[in-house]
Amino acid sequence: MSQIVGSRLDPWVESYAARTASMTVSEIRSLFAVASRPEVVSLAGGMPYVSALPMDQMADTVSRLIRERGAVALQYGSGQGDPTLREQITEVMAEVGIHAHPDDIVVTAGSQMALDLMVRVFVDPGDVVLVEAPSYVGALGVFSAYQAEVVHVAMDEQGLNPAALDETIQSLRKQGKKIKLIYTIPSYHNPGGISQGPSRRQQVLEVATRNHILILEDDPYGLLGFDGEVPRAIRADDADNVVYLGSFSKTIASGLRVGWALAPHAIREKLVIAAEAAILCPSNYAQFTVSSYLATQPWREQIKVFRELYRERRDALLDSMKVLMPDGTTWTTPSGGFYSWLTLPEGIDSKAMLPRAVTALVAYVPGTGFYVNGEGRRAMRLSYCYPTPESIKEGVGRLAGVIRAELELLETFGPDAMPHTPMPTFGANTPAPDSL
Amino acid sequence: MSIVVLAGGLSHERDVSIRSGRRVSEALKDAGVDVIVRDVDSQLLREWAIEPPEVALPMLHGAAGEDGSLRDVLDALQVPFVGSTAAACRMAFDKPIAKAVVAAAGLHTPPAVALPHSSFRELGAEPVIAAVVARVQLPIIVKPSKGGSSLGVSVVREQRELATALVAAFAYGEVALIEHFVEGVEVAVSVIERAGEPLALPAVEIVPDGGVYNYTARYTAGTTEFFVPARLSETLTVAAAEAAVRAHQALGLRDLSRSDLIIDADGKVWFLEVNVAPGMTETSLFPQAVAAAGLDFGEVLGELVAAASSRTVIA
Repeated sequence: MSQIVGSRLDPWVESYAARTASMTVSEIRSLFAVASRPEVVSLAGGMPYVSALPMDQMADTVSRLIRERGAVALQYGSGQGDPTLREQITEVMAEVGIHAHPDDIVVTAGSQMALDLMVRVFVDPGDVVLVEAPSYVGALGVFSAYQAEVVHVAMDEQGLNPAALDETIQSLRKQGKKIKLIYTIPSYHNPGGISQGPSRRQQVLEVATRNHILILEDDPYGLLGFDGEVPRAIRADDADNVVYLGSFSKTIASGLRVGWALAPHAIREKLVIAAEAAILCPSNYAQFTVSSYLATQPWREQIKVFRELYRERRDALLDSMKVLMPDGTTWTTPSGGFYSWLTLPEGIDSKAMLPRAVTALVAYVPGTGFYVNGEGRRAMRLSYCYPTPESIKEGVGRLAGVIRAELELLETFGPDAMPHTPMPTFGANTPAPDSL
Repeated sequence: MSIVVLAGGLSHERDVSIRSGRRVSEALKDAGVDVIVRDVDSQLLREWAIEPPEVALPMLHGAAGEDGSLRDVLDALQVPFVGSTAAACRMAFDKPIAKAVVAAAGLHTPPAVALPHSSFRELGAEPVIAAVVARVQLPIIVKPSKGGSSLGVSVVREQRELATALVAAFAYGEVALIEHFVEGVEVAVSVIERAGEPLALPAVEIVPDGGVYNYTARYTAGTTEFFVPARLSETLTVAAAEAAVRAHQALGLRDLSRSDLIIDADGKVWFLEVNVAPGMTETSLFPQAVAAAGLDFGEVLGELVAAASSRTVIA
């Protein structure tokens, strides 16, 4: 009989970098496996409804691309990205008020990669990145991977609070901390579902420039507003102190993985070198697909289709919550984008409640995933972009039932008994990429 | 026709089940068995109406997969399957019932009380908690009465912590098992049937880094140290093996099972629970026990499939 003595089932357990300590399996992450089943109404995933794309035209675009330019499309390309696409991206950014030169654009594999490159270029371990409270879970994961110190700054109903931002900066500097970036999603915030107004954007920009801190403006949802107006990007008013991250994931297709960074010359040079080190070059095939689509399809009209579709789903969510949610539950009213941020009645923990929700066949992302400091226990992000309006109504009904059952537990055992989830660790307590 | 590994499902353990199913499938393929992995969904029986499987191998963890319901359906369809009958699963999956059955068979099992939320609501949480603590005695472990992978499980060392542990357990099920927590060496003993006779495989001793064998410790490679065979005296090795075989037999289990045991400082073997569809992931205990016995995982599974195939199904 052979013996396995003191095995840890991983011969490399002593070799991993310290920053992988939080990369563990977790109950929460595993629960999201159930959310992929059709019986479950998933209000968790931020997946764009790509089925609304004109698939026949997409097929023609791809087919023609391979037939006519296959040898180039399937080859390595420029590390900075295809020049034609960069030219077209300037037209897309003009919609949010940005006038830029194609040379200042770096095309990336989704804007998530642009975010990663920016942190790689700017952040040393221990450097501070300021983020909204709450902030995009995927960004927090990147900051964590580079061992940044993430500090949340309060938001109000208009988004990032400039007074709180200034105060936080002064306080951190007194402690001798090095603040490298202010990461913000000013339009249709993920997960908050709210937007900074024009004057708020100016105030945030003023605080940042006065303190000489670079703004990292993440704008995947800017063209998906429901009120007819496209918010003017912060970058539109300052080319030197803002790096703008854009994406085709929500306006064309997330599966193509094409995004970009618009950066001042010196930063752009470093981003290109960092990008080449990471992946050599972005996919020519994906870039040419986007480029052909922009050149041959009425992409602005298609964005209108998406807006209407998401508006209908937003309405389904808000209307059903108004009818079904128990007293003490509140939520934000998004005027664009994919998300509403729901706050539960006092004493209820969204993460501890998730197993019960999964049993009831409804899923959401617990609020703790959007903080690095354990906050967000009473909150959750609800996403309305993917399920149909009918499914959303059904899902809200199920969720309301789950919250009521949780309130009964609260009544039975008292507020001190309600579980308080531990500090989240990124990778462990965050959902899989299709749920971000 | 082929062998179908059923994995996935809708339980909280779907993720683990998918990984178990994949591992079992790969091992069977390596052993030369034609096998596919299939989720359990509304299309499954339609497909089987056209082409039924030769044998089903349920790797569904948690409800439906382990509570007997799916196996009742397999019986109704006259599909032979690996593992215990529906009736045996119903007893084994319900921890309070399983404890009562094995206790009647002479095994030691820690004192426990199983209560639904409604008992606390109707009678008042405080007096019920006081009565339960007086009966079970601290320290206590609270678990959902059905389910696995340590989901919803908490260890309670002070009475004031019990309410929180109950709320955590009720997130996963209607009834909570409140059991005295026995300190000692944690071992898992897998049992397989060969030629109709139950055989205990070497005990796997579990030493999690954080002291608690929770979900993260179970499924994150490197976070738990395993000793196979367990570092037990010869007498205790035999006692643990006998306990697992006796639990397997008392509950009327078939083909395979895994009993989770604690051996206290006095050398007493305590039965905690039994699994009718033990985990088969890269970090799971059953495959480690098979390897320690000098057996090939795929061949063992192949034998169980062959045994199931030869059984007459009673509709």
